[in-house]
Amino acid sequence: MSADALAGLRLELSPQQREVRRRCRAFVAEHVAPHAARWDREARLPDQAIAELRQRGYLGAHLPRELGGGGLDAVAYGLLTEEIGRGCSSLRSLLTVHDMVSEAVRRWGSPLLKTEVLPRLAQAELLGALAVSEPGVGSDAASVETAAERDGDAYVLSGRKRWITFGMTADVFLVLARCGGELAAFLVPAAAPGLTREPITGVVGTRAARLAELTFERCRVAADRLVGRVGFGFSHVAATALDHGRYSVAWGAVGIAQACLDACLGYTATRRQFGKPLAGHQLVQRQLTEMIVNTRAARLLCLYAGHRRSLGAPDAATETLIAKYFASRTASRAASDAVQLHGANGLSQDYPVERYLRDAKVTEIIEGSTQILQVAIASYPPGEFDPIDGA
Amino acid sequence: MNDAQLRIKSFLSRFFKQHDLQPDEDIFALGFVNSLLAMQLVNFVEKEFAVSIEDEDLDLANFRTLAAIDALVERKRAGRGAAG
Repeated sequence: MSADALAGLRLELSPQQREVRRRCRAFVAEHVAPHAARWDREARLPDQAIAELRQRGYLGAHLPRELGGGGLDAVAYGLLTEEIGRGCSSLRSLLTVHDMVSEAVRRWGSPLLKTEVLPRLAQAELLGALAVSEPGVGSDAASVETAAERDGDAYVLSGRKRWITFGMTADVFLVLARCGGELAAFLVPAAAPGLTREPITGVVGTRAARLAELTFERCRVAADRLVGRVGFGFSHVAATALDHGRYSVAWGAVGIAQACLDACLGYTATRRQFGKPLAGHQLVQRQLTEMIVNTRAARLLCLYAGHRRSLGAPDAATETLIAKYFASRTASRAASDAVQLHGANGLSQDYPVERYLRDAKVTEIIEGSTQILQVAIASYPPGEFDPIDGA
Repeated sequence: MNDAQLRIKSFLSRFFKQHDLQPDEDIFALGFVNSLLAMQLVNFVEKEFAVSIEDEDLDLANFRTLAAIDALVERKRAGRGAAG
């Protein structure tokens, strides 16, 4: 076999990627997983947990080192996200939304924003959150009604944003608004006069993710906080953020599926019914096998998307759609099966699988619902074994 | 159609399968370009022609036709950035 053929498709992780995963796994085992159920019950991720992510450089880990970020390649970043997601989806959501904002600023921010704001996002001195959804606007994000009017050296924002993950803790929001007939994205400080936020409670999943509703009442934002140009707020700026978010959620969903598998392998090995462990029953084995194989397949799709992203390949966004679609559905199915395998115990808060079920459902709705992705993937199918750049 | 335009056409043809795109034809008017394709087009141009598309280049006029994208690439290669 030629060297070219061997180099064609590498699925082994590099030593650096393995090390990122090992360190993060240890961190999650000690500092995240033992507390995730309590954070979920209290519907509040403590500031200390955020501080620990910041100290370890896990926020902004995908940004280049020269910008103050962690310098992780896309695959290493994905592995990190899986490990966090395996321990706590609410904490993983913080990575997702913060890095959606930092990535959009890295890609489309003006030189001023890249100098002034991006290094602070990279160090997580500032926490970012994405503000696109509104009371009347979900999947159809290009129809946002929040208005931005130019007024001298500023824009004046009016409207409401809803379901803003970590909206209660963010220092800066990337806000999608309608400016005349066109869409524009703005970096709005949480302390901006005219911006207020109210907590949203009682949600089904990722309950500790400090959701907020934001109200903009003639909120004045300096014109130099515009990200990209007016007219490109959705097609390029929000799209970049959402693409990053889909990649993050995909890996987070793999983490949930793996957590379900871990829980089920442990439970079915020890729980005995009809005179033998559950794992000895063939119908249980069938469910375990589905979980094992689908979790593996989801991870491989994420690895492939990560590989394409590392290359800067044009089709990386499509591969990310596919990975997110499959991984989020896999997480939902794995979590549903995990509850089923745990029986009545699975319905109780004494076991983590009921939380996994609630958190998995969220991954099928955010950053492109399962149905929106079905439309997108079918409309722009990838060239099978013929990637866009011919690589 | 020059070589650069042919390469851009080849990329876009994946999405405009039934259409023989012409150099001065408005790709947005064809109704195929959504945010996913818009982003992939930027990434394609950057990778294919080794240029960096910045926020200042975000102008529909730069991406409207094969000829316009080609002209943008030429300007970026010449280090002149966005259209004057």
